[in-house]
Amino acid sequence: MNIQYYIFLSFALFTIGIIGVLVRRNAIIVFMCIELMLNAVNLLLVAFSKMHYAKAVAANANTTVGAEAQVFVFFIMVVAAAEVSVGLAIIVMLYRNVRSVDINFLNRLKN
Amino acid sequence: MNKLVYLIPLLPFIGFIINGLCRKSLSKTASTIIGSGAVLAAFCISLYLFFQVKNIGAIDVQPLFTFIKVGSLQIDFAFKVDALSSLFLLIITGIGFLIHVYSSSYMHEETNDHFARFFAYLNLFIFSMLILVLGANYVIMFIGWEGVGLCSYLLIGYWFKNSNYNYAAKKAFVMNRIGDLGFLLAIFWIIQKLGTTEYDKVFTLAQVPNTFSPTEITGICILLFVGAMGKSAQLPLFTWLPDAMAGPTPVSALIHAATMVTAGIYMVARSNVLFSMSEVAQHLIAIIGLATALISATIAIKQNDIKKVLAYSTVSQLGYMFLGLGVGAYTGAVFHVMTHAFFKALLFLGAGSVIHAMHHEQDIRNMGGLKKKLPITHLTFLIGCIAISGIPPFSGFFSKDEILAAAYAHHPIYWVLGVAGAAMTAFYMFRLYATTFLGSFRGTQNQEHHLHESPKAMTYPLIALAVLSVIGGLVGVPEVLHGSHQLKSFLSASITSEKSHTLSHSTEWVLMGISVAIATLAILFATNKFSKNPDTEDAKGFGKVLENKWYFDELYDTIIVNPLLKFANFCKNIIEKLVIDGAVNGTGKFLQYSSRQVRLIQSGQVGSYILLMIFAFVIIIFIWINDVTIYKILSNIF
Repeated sequence: MNIQYYIFLSFALFTIGIIGVLVRRNAIIVFMCIELMLNAVNLLLVAFSKMHYAKAVAANANTTVGAEAQVFVFFIMVVAAAEVSVGLAIIVMLYRNVRSVDINFLNRLKN
Repeated sequence: MNKLVYLIPLLPFIGFIINGLCRKSLSKTASTIIGSGAVLAAFCISLYLFFQVKNIGAIDVQPLFTFIKVGSLQIDFAFKVDALSSLFLLIITGIGFLIHVYSSSYMHEETNDHFARFFAYLNLFIFSMLILVLGANYVIMFIGWEGVGLCSYLLIGYWFKNSNYNYAAKKAFVMNRIGDLGFLLAIFWIIQKLGTTEYDKVFTLAQVPNTFSPTEITGICILLFVGAMGKSAQLPLFTWLPDAMAGPTPVSALIHAATMVTAGIYMVARSNVLFSMSEVAQHLIAIIGLATALISATIAIKQNDIKKVLAYSTVSQLGYMFLGLGVGAYTGAVFHVMTHAFFKALLFLGAGSVIHAMHHEQDIRNMGGLKKKLPITHLTFLIGCIAISGIPPFSGFFSKDEILAAAYAHHPIYWVLGVAGAAMTAFYMFRLYATTFLGSFRGTQNQEHHLHESPKAMTYPLIALAVLSVIGGLVGVPEVLHGSHQLKSFLSASITSEKSHTLSHSTEWVLMGISVAIATLAILFATNKFSKNPDTEDAKGFGKVLENKWYFDELYDTIIVNPLLKFANFCKNIIEKLVIDGAVNGTGKFLQYSSRQVRLIQSGQVGSYILLMIFAFVIIIFIWINDVTIYKILSNIF
């Protein structure tokens, strides 16, 4: 498949993520949008990796050049899963403190 | 022997240091002894050196140290004692000493520390003037030149609690500074052309053909003359000298006779080689000198302050000296400096004695009939008046006659105007004399009751100066009167460009006769007129113009001072407050305002932060894409 489709798809996902972060006030939804952005980038990484690999194989059938990202992306997903657990824990603590998950209550950064 | 030269300025300087630093603890007697003693010692050394110069010739003095060394230019702190400077040394220290002695009595009403301060200033004045005449190059002369300017400021403003006196002091200083600028520029010009400021080298180099173009030498001479104009109170920079009467009377005597105003004459006489090379500059000097002599003589006729009359007569006599310099009679001018120092110091000190007796009354309309009460002052003052009027065989006659004869040889019209000025001199001096000493007393009864002859410390200098005024002219008896003019042969070592005139003896006799006859007539007329009915009424018509000094001060105020003040006010109110302050405060205000606006961004809303972050990313990416383009634009600009 053409690489452009992947780029457009991940761009769309990333943009949806950004807009979600900006517009929504529910902390959980914002968090999901962040994950969405992360995975949009992941998708792009895998797509480019595949593109490079295809080119390299065409030149030399036995090469593994460009295949590294296929593995690397699993590492990213693992780290992301860990990060999600931390993030959710923060949200739980937030809820316990202010009895809400609305991020507009989180304006303590001011002053 | 050479080392002695350094002692001459050093002694008054030490006197200045002691009197200046210990003024609170010194008694009046102690300050008098230190102040006068230093000058007396300097006088004795000067006398010794004078005879050395007379018998052996100019003394070469080793430079004390190198004052300035830049590239190929080297200026030594060196002294030079030749005929001209040794003569000036005698005048400065001799008259200066008499004035010191006189001051010890005249200033006795001051408190101890002010008394010592006065002597400290006097010593500093003598010191500066000695540096001025002793210097072996123009830069050392300039040091002394500035020094006398400073001391005149300090002494004119001696009674610093009176703001008018301070104003007069400032005026003298500023006027002098205008002239100093001319002198300084001339020095720069000489350095630029010749690379040295030492007199001997400058004069030798200047005489080499094609060193200077005619324009350059004229320019240098005129700039030097501008310097002399300020210091020697010539038109148009003369108005400070009459105002300098604000200082105590001995100061006036010192400024007018021994120091300060003679500096300009000394400088021109010293540079006679340069001035003789420029016809234009010489004409300018002669014309300005003559104009000054006449204008100030007319002003003196209508002045009623005893010191003001003398002040204008000084300006007038200085005009004569410059006339002499302008027509090439350098010796005559220096001769007149000498005789003028005698009789002008005498007249000022005599006036001081009168003022002292009258309890600080200076208006001659309130005097009269002082002849009986002040016999010594009266006699010496009369001698001074006769000497300044140019009656033979008093000293003023010989020097003035020499200048007038040279002026006649130059152009008869100079002589006619000069004699007119001399007649006015005789007239106003005897108007002063008759109004003050003859007739009947017009002051208050209290003043009359307290009239007294001054103490000995004041009358002895008067007598000494009177003797000098009588016999001082005998050193320069011209050939036509079967004299040998010793002064001329003595000075010929220093003044090499003297223009000798070739008048026949009969012409000289006629000229002499006419000027003496006119002066005598003026004296008789003035004495007759003012001893019986002095003009005590306020002047009207033309007399009022003269009384107000031809409105010179008002003219300067309108043309120079007021526009300058307006410009300064404009700068202060518009340029300073609006433009400069506006720019500085505006920067501050703009930053405050804009930061107040930017502060609103810190809302504490995480969402808005993220939004800004994204905007920033977009901008950074945009810049990154256009990096090359922007780099090009920037490299075009810088």
